[in-house]
Amino acid sequence: MANPNGIGASVRRREDQRFLTGRGNYTDDFKRPNMTHAVHVRSPYAHARILGIDFTDAAAMPGVVAVLTGADMEADKVGSLPCGWQIHSKDGSPMKEPPHYPLARDRVRYVGDAVAVVIAETREQARDAAEMVVVDYEELPAVGSSTRAIAGGAPLVHDDAPDNVCYDWHLGDQAAVDAAFANAAHVAKIDLVNQRLVPNAMEPRAAMGEYDQSTGEYTLTTTSQNPHVTRLLMGAFVLGIPEHKLRVVAPDVGGGFGSKIFHYGEEAVVTWAARKVGRPVKWTADRSESFLTDAHGRDHVSHAELAMDADGNFLALRVSTLANLGAYLSTFAPSIPTYLYATLLAGQYKTPAIYAEVKAVFTNTSPVDAYRGAGRPEACYLIERLVDVAAGVMGMDRTEIRRRNFVPKEAMPYQTPVALQYDTGDFAKNLDIALPLVDYPGFQQRRAESKARGKLRGIGFATYIEACGIAPSNVAGALGARAGLYECAEVRFHPTGSVTVFTGSHSHGQGHETTFAQIVAERFGIPIENVEIVHGDTNKIPFGMGTYGSRSLAVGGSALVKAMDKVERKAKKIAAHMLEAAETDIEVKDGRFTVAGTDKSLGIGDIALQAYVPHNFPLDELEPGLDEQAFYDPKNFTYPNGCHVCELEIDPDTGVTTIVSFAAVDDFGNVINPLIVEGQVHGGLVQGIGQALYENCVYDEESGQLVTGSYMDYCMPRADDVPSFTVRYHEDQPCTHNPLGVKGCGEAGTIGAAAAVMNAVVDALSEYGVTHMDMPATPEKVWRTIRDAAPAPAMAAE
Amino acid sequence: MYAFTYQRPTSLADAATAIQAEEAKLLGGGQTLLPTLKQRLARPTDLIDLGAIPELKGIREADGGLEIGAFTRHAEVAHSDLVKRVIPALASLAEGIGDRQVRNMGTMGGSIANADPSADYPSAVVALKATVTTDRRSIAGDDFFTGMFETALEPGEIVKSVRFSRPDKAAYAKFRNPASRYAIVGVFVARFGAEVRVAVTGAAGSVFRAEAFETALAADFRADALNGLSVDADGLNADIHASADYRAHLVTVMAKRAVEAAG
Amino acid sequence: MSCTVSMTVNGKTVSREVEERTLLVAFLREHLGLTGTHVGCDTSQCGACVVHVDGRSVKSCTTLAVQANGTEVTTIEGLAAADGTLHPMQAAFREHHGLQCGFCTPGMVMSAVDLVRDNPNPTEAEIREGLEGNICRCTGYHNIVKAVKAGADAMAGAQPAPVAAE
Repeated sequence: MANPNGIGASVRRREDQRFLTGRGNYTDDFKRPNMTHAVHVRSPYAHARILGIDFTDAAAMPGVVAVLTGADMEADKVGSLPCGWQIHSKDGSPMKEPPHYPLARDRVRYVGDAVAVVIAETREQARDAAEMVVVDYEELPAVGSSTRAIAGGAPLVHDDAPDNVCYDWHLGDQAAVDAAFANAAHVAKIDLVNQRLVPNAMEPRAAMGEYDQSTGEYTLTTTSQNPHVTRLLMGAFVLGIPEHKLRVVAPDVGGGFGSKIFHYGEEAVVTWAARKVGRPVKWTADRSESFLTDAHGRDHVSHAELAMDADGNFLALRVSTLANLGAYLSTFAPSIPTYLYATLLAGQYKTPAIYAEVKAVFTNTSPVDAYRGAGRPEACYLIERLVDVAAGVMGMDRTEIRRRNFVPKEAMPYQTPVALQYDTGDFAKNLDIALPLVDYPGFQQRRAESKARGKLRGIGFATYIEACGIAPSNVAGALGARAGLYECAEVRFHPTGSVTVFTGSHSHGQGHETTFAQIVAERFGIPIENVEIVHGDTNKIPFGMGTYGSRSLAVGGSALVKAMDKVERKAKKIAAHMLEAAETDIEVKDGRFTVAGTDKSLGIGDIALQAYVPHNFPLDELEPGLDEQAFYDPKNFTYPNGCHVCELEIDPDTGVTTIVSFAAVDDFGNVINPLIVEGQVHGGLVQGIGQALYENCVYDEESGQLVTGSYMDYCMPRADDVPSFTVRYHEDQPCTHNPLGVKGCGEAGTIGAAAAVMNAVVDALSEYGVTHMDMPATPEKVWRTIRDAAPAPAMAAE
Repeated sequence: MYAFTYQRPTSLADAATAIQAEEAKLLGGGQTLLPTLKQRLARPTDLIDLGAIPELKGIREADGGLEIGAFTRHAEVAHSDLVKRVIPALASLAEGIGDRQVRNMGTMGGSIANADPSADYPSAVVALKATVTTDRRSIAGDDFFTGMFETALEPGEIVKSVRFSRPDKAAYAKFRNPASRYAIVGVFVARFGAEVRVAVTGAAGSVFRAEAFETALAADFRADALNGLSVDADGLNADIHASADYRAHLVTVMAKRAVEAAG
Repeated sequence: MSCTVSMTVNGKTVSREVEERTLLVAFLREHLGLTGTHVGCDTSQCGACVVHVDGRSVKSCTTLAVQANGTEVTTIEGLAAADGTLHPMQAAFREHHGLQCGFCTPGMVMSAVDLVRDNPNPTEAEIREGLEGNICRCTGYHNIVKAVKAGADAMAGAQPAPVAAE
């Protein structure tokens, strides 16, 4: 590696200096002269009619600047929050797409639905006044769960969505699957729930709106993973502000995990209100408000069946899923349980026929949308639990049944029966690396040792494949996406050879300021200190689709490479002119432009200077300057894959599960910065472990009240809940269709971990005849399972 | 938080006067009160900060046991060499309250006066035959906790100190709520000669003694002596984290662990 | 309803007239402009707001500014040396990639420094337990634990070991 800070180096992050010294700039840190504070008045009911809003007393409270309601928005012709993906049902009809107003107009549909906003001089004053707003509600019967939503006679969340169904969709060849089941020697079946989770980025959402009367320009500073998307959606569909008059800034953002992809009503409210009150308006969520109003994740109820031949070869998979979308359609909600879920149901296996049906329903709960993994953890969990059940049916070792059914490396590229074409992957290799890491042969002895101490030990495997960097745009468009899925980058060489990169990707923990700079430093042979990465501001970045779905490097990084290609092409022409050589004779390596076979050469810095001081420049052929922009639209998804192994111990006296070891082996294609990649894996694993053992977003089914509305009841994994990890990756199978050969690593940990943990839990409890347990495996659930198992095995009985 | 007037008296007498104001509240370390105020679940007119009153501070050896001032922070109890020497189980209980930051602020007096059903200290007050001294009187530990968030304290009465007896052996075992980290069940076992006390917190509306456990352990102070014993699940707390019968089961498990830890 | 609050923050004496209900974190962020201390929850669980008051870590979202009257407060902005040299704990977080989005980081670092002051040579289990009042959603804690261990070692090397640490 020529450049010490180039590709493959564990460069220490450049953004850390400001974060470690308290100099980060998060949305709530911004303060403007004359700024006001917004507090929302939110529905305490899951479902109610708004009969009237009386804010006379509130408006008279100290410091109150304005109290605004849905009626004010309606009068100003503020639109509905748009949905970015349209799904069609089996019968060809489009999904139900009811309006979703930033401030409710006649009905509220979940606890936390905003009905008014109070704007005051201070936040406490706004809160004082918000309490004085009197909303006259007529409470309506509510639907607190997906199963209740489809029960006969359930109340309707939206009058124009009969039976609360948004869409009833399917994918795959039903006839082929039915035929395979008819001929199957064995069938494994499972019913499972993939419970609802709250993403819980540590920075609560916040938004600040500003309006400049002299220019008519609006600025929204917001906790967003993709400011351009917010600008487009809010500008074009909600507030009717043309893009050239609307700037959206996403400064330092304290984690997103999907929950900050979406355009939320509060962003529109503060932007609109800033003009109405003629002053900047800032809103910052309390954590309690985040629990109620951030888009949640998962929430599937599924039944699945796997047909096998006499040798345990998979013949067909049949899946039926009920997905809860919440009260309204969040920005990308419809795509999650469909194209990001059912298309992944082949997993790593060569199952020839797959058929999936997904019914998505409205409920009186917070909207549900992408949360780290978004559909893929649900698919992985379902397949990998089912494969363990299948191993039980067949009496096969759980690694053996997987190995037998893996898509072999030689079969790549591999067309699955559920639309995707995997480009690369060596699934057996992942398993081969993983098994020695966990000393699989020694497991039975460790289990015996645990048993001697009165503990139950289990080991669980999960293999996963995910599809990242959704694309190409034309395919996504055909599947219902209402946006493009490319990325943009601009590479601006400055006259003295330093570089500013403008990327449409957004970093909220991923470390782009470091990894993107590594790519540039490597390509041009310049010190990393000479490269600056700019992101998160629509006035600076040409365009961007932001960061989600592990797409930044695969799509944003590829755009960066394309822009660098353009820079290099132009620089080559300039070099040829300066060196008085034919362009075809110029060789380029590490930013050095050399006339082949000679010692005549120029560095990129010399060329940059000439580009801006064009005294010796091919002005008749080229424009001055060295500043290039590129859009990259991927040819295919990328397919990170891997194998996770979890070993754990259960204390049968209390039901407490303790993870003893966890190994993750991943194929992310080429790796730019190992330190950062491993960090992404660690974080993802804990979110997966969190789902398996701790986290559960609970609504009361009847009342629609959120039961787990704070960290007092929603269990966030803490440092002492989780172990240290063994993380390995290999770079043998680079992505074949993007220039960096990268696949993406942001979601992998979360996708595999929950299944690995639950497979280990079930393994630990197998002697009690347990074949499945729904997540989370809380102490009480585990204890009760053991207690209720009959007859109790010969354990050291209490 | 609603607006209030803040007062910081420097003597117990001044605090006793200040607390007479209607809707005044005493402020210890604030680790329960401030979150309550932030959620606007209480609306005191006055907050009387007890942090500047010398009479409420300090840890002393008294009658062979310990007397701990009401405004002694959990971290001070946890780290006190005196507590570790005289009643190590109490230091270890304090070390397990909340988290490091809560322990650096929270106070013993605040904890027992609040009488949260899932607080740790009430179990020690009962198991260690404590006496609670207020600005008006002494209250036996057994009589202090009267219900969920209810104590024998009269309006405006201020806890001054808590006097704990020194046991021969003692230990506290807790099963934490995985989310909030409060006790789902905490059991304090203490042996004084032939007498054994088993005080249970977290499981019910208020701390209680498991008398059958005490009898069994008085006869045979070993974990196995509790085999087959359990508390009645009727009337125990139940929530999404633990049902009543799970709590009842955990009382036995934690009691055994406490006995084992007491040695 | 308002009162004067005075304290030493990061070595500088400050005094402000504030409402009595002002939390220490609001005092720091809104009145002093020290926005490195964050608010991540409203139930005193997440620890993003941890600062040192008289050398001990506390949750500044669960402390009134008036309660800190007359104390010495250190925030994340005051941890590095005056010349900008990172505190050994800050440097260790950087070296071991103990942060991603950076939001929990100030509280995490302040807690870690306090933890090491009590226990200069903590085990992995002690570090994990000692950080139970700080929630991180990004890192999975793996690298934070490594960083705290390295930070502890560096703190021991950088300063004479405390003779009689409390």
